[in-house]
Amino acid sequence: MSRDVAIIGVGLAKFGERWNAGLKELMAEAGLQALEDANLKSDDVEMLYGGTMASGRFMGQEHVAALMSDQLGFKNIPAVRIENACASGGSALRQGYISVASDIHDIVVVGGVEKMTDVTSSEATTALGGAGDQEWELFQGITFPALYAMMAKRHMYEYGTTEEQLAAVSVKNHENAMKNKYAQFHKRLTIDEVMKSKMVSDPLKLLDCSPISDGAAAVVLAPLEIARKYNDTPIKIVASAQASDTLRLAERDNLTSIKATSIAAEKAYKQAGVTPKDINVAEVHDCFTIAEIMAMEDLGFYKKGEAGKAVMNGETAINSKISINTSGGLKGCGHPVGATGVKQAVEAVWQLRGDAGERQVNGAEVALTHNVGGSGATAVVHIYKRAN
Amino acid sequence: MITMEKPSASLWRKIKPRYNLSGNICKNCSTAYFPPRIVCRKCGRNSKMESMTFSGNGEIISFTEIRVPPDTFRDEAPYTVGVVKLDEGPLVEGHILENGIKIDIGTKVKAAFRKMYVDGEEGPIYYHYKFEPV
Ligand SMILES: [Zn+2]
Repeated sequence: MSRDVAIIGVGLAKFGERWNAGLKELMAEAGLQALEDANLKSDDVEMLYGGTMASGRFMGQEHVAALMSDQLGFKNIPAVRIENACASGGSALRQGYISVASDIHDIVVVGGVEKMTDVTSSEATTALGGAGDQEWELFQGITFPALYAMMAKRHMYEYGTTEEQLAAVSVKNHENAMKNKYAQFHKRLTIDEVMKSKMVSDPLKLLDCSPISDGAAAVVLAPLEIARKYNDTPIKIVASAQASDTLRLAERDNLTSIKATSIAAEKAYKQAGVTPKDINVAEVHDCFTIAEIMAMEDLGFYKKGEAGKAVMNGETAINSKISINTSGGLKGCGHPVGATGVKQAVEAVWQLRGDAGERQVNGAEVALTHNVGGSGATAVVHIYKRAN
Repeated sequence: MITMEKPSASLWRKIKPRYNLSGNICKNCSTAYFPPRIVCRKCGRNSKMESMTFSGNGEIISFTEIRVPPDTFRDEAPYTVGVVKLDEGPLVEGHILENGIKIDIGTKVKAAFRKMYVDGEEGPIYYHYKFEPV
């Protein structure tokens, strides 16, 4: 009853501090690249989903999906904004997937964008704090780094995870970002540099935290049966799953894993008919270094408490046991929140096509993306394969 | 450009729980909630919520010192916050005043009524429960 869905085009606007680019420029940069990649005319597009978390707070601009559609020259098509905090992009992708799978639309563009660097960092901290429970977290001055810091401290207490292991996530992701021209940072780090960076919310230091970024990403979806009309190497979305949980961290079952991730992952593996061992390349939501460690465990790549050691041993570097965050992740590539979930899909497509250049994972057959909103109230997992 | 709009409304709306540690309990499954919930997480539509006052006693599950605060807490940083497991069951976030005592996971704390922040130079002073080591 539902149709197979493929990604036929992808595009990215460079992530970073883009002082001369506003929302329109960023969206056009990513969107036009995706249309070109899919050999599409603007008139071919039937529907647009646009993910953005806080364009109103960052830029005073709401109604971003219609703006995106207009800027890309789409004529009067339906356009809907999806807001799901930092998982806005992944959630938009899932809505696009559903609309193609259910035979409502054929050609759907999914965009994600965030323009964050026009405000001060304390204003950005406040805006991002809205992803948690405003009344009981942000109201008490409890920031996002603080929520993840408390998860980290508990993870260290229960499993012996160390600050060096957290730092190793950042070092690996910066190393991968060196090979990605779209990444915000092209700067190698050492564990020592991460350890000595400014404390933000202990045990998390500045270099454990993803940055404030500008950026956009776009993908074009089509039913698999017509995908080759547009692109020689369509990438099939073999699973699309999502779960939610309480907004407030303290109300969850425990602080050391993100239950929404495990639930979404379990559904996704079932849909795709694969196991965690089959995943060659994964883009996971490393908004903070501890988040990558929890993701590795919650996605089933490692047993609880084993992920920190694995990162330290280099098991998650490119072309090792499992290649995690080849793009540089949120830490190295940047985290324009609404764009992140869509960017993860772009990286998965490049890896599966064999187009990832210096950061190509040899023989990449199955890719997974994992996008989290807030401190874990939303998790979205997609799995992809080359269409044969 | 970004300010926290009308923190006072958000404070006053929840004044009873914030000032009196008044939460609730679901009589259907005996789960206690602080802050209070409208609907029991376990029972959904079958919830039977009744109000319940909490002792404020609990122990630290995790904590952190915040050095980069949001706008409203500009003048308060650094400050320590934690997740505390209340004796009655629920976990809750709150500030922790160390009062010269070194806190850790497992430290017993008690809630007290303390100043939270001053809204601007001449603005009102906001109060809130905060946890202190016993
Ligand atoms: Zn109940």
